[in-house]
Amino acid sequence: MAAGTALDMTTMATAEEIAAEEFSAVVTNHRPRIFRFLLSSTRDVDMAETLTQECFLKAHRNWASFRGESSAMTWLMRIAINLQKDHWRSRRIQFWRQTQSHALDLSEVSQWLPSGERSAEQRMLAQERVGQVGKVIERLSERQRTIFLLRYVDEMELSEIARATGLNEGTVKAHLSRALARVRAELGAKR
Amino acid sequence: MKYEDKVEADKEVCNFADELGELDETLKDFRLSVQAWSEAAYNRPRSSEIVVARNQIWRPAVGWALGCVLIAGGVSAEIYSHHREQMKVVAARAVEQQRLAAIESSLRARQEDEDLLAKVDSDVSREVPSAMEPLAQMMAADETQ
Repeated sequence: MAAGTALDMTTMATAEEIAAEEFSAVVTNHRPRIFRFLLSSTRDVDMAETLTQECFLKAHRNWASFRGESSAMTWLMRIAINLQKDHWRSRRIQFWRQTQSHALDLSEVSQWLPSGERSAEQRMLAQERVGQVGKVIERLSERQRTIFLLRYVDEMELSEIARATGLNEGTVKAHLSRALARVRAELGAKR
Repeated sequence: MKYEDKVEADKEVCNFADELGELDETLKDFRLSVQAWSEAAYNRPRSSEIVVARNQIWRPAVGWALGCVLIAGGVSAEIYSHHREQMKVVAARAVEQQRLAAIESSLRARQEDEDLLAKVDSDVSREVPSAMEPLAQMMAADETQ
């Protein structure tokens, strides 16, 4: 009996260690991507860091309940999306709105465009168009923006986006189509 | 998923598939820009030193302020408590004085009553003849006869 209990405890300890190692690997692999999504959504480095930490804290608390029905990335992204939504909707957001001077204008992201093998003129034109995309994205609805960023920044599959956002694939397609249409219209008009 | 496959998949989403090719280059640039920005922000030196420095400035100030408030509060409480004790002593003294005054006045009143009774005894009672005195006088006159 006592031997059995000791064995159970050893097994539990081992299982906990394995879970901790697994979670550590998940953090290492997915943290930069979650941060990137939150940064492009909020445009605020400090806020993105805070939300990334909250995301992984929440994931750690619920790690035992993660059944692997979707990939860990999709599961984490869902937590991140909900956190971002909650955050913007909560009272705290009033504070963040007031201090939105910390948030970068998404059109300014064009300054980070890698030069690649372009001429100075080509690079300037490309930067201008990236800046215009940033401006359009800022004006999209929260849902459209999230879907757009998941698709074109995080390069997620439509089915993955559907799972992460909790929407069906048809709705995701419709939102993406509308977002793209706005971007296209804006870029076309400015040409 | 290959990049070309992704473009094909997005063409299914849009009703302007033929124009998506042009847009795609810009979207790709946008993605590269966000990725570069995110990478730089992710790997930037953390602002913990600044936070520590700020804390180093604010913490002692907050500590001092809190200490002053506590000391002021403690002293005020002590003064208030002392004041209340003083008031209690004064009140007790007043009550005691009233009690002594009441006892004294009652003693004085009793003394006055006793004096009055003594005076009545000595002055008034002796002037009234005894009830049996006439009979006693008659008895004395008979005996002499």
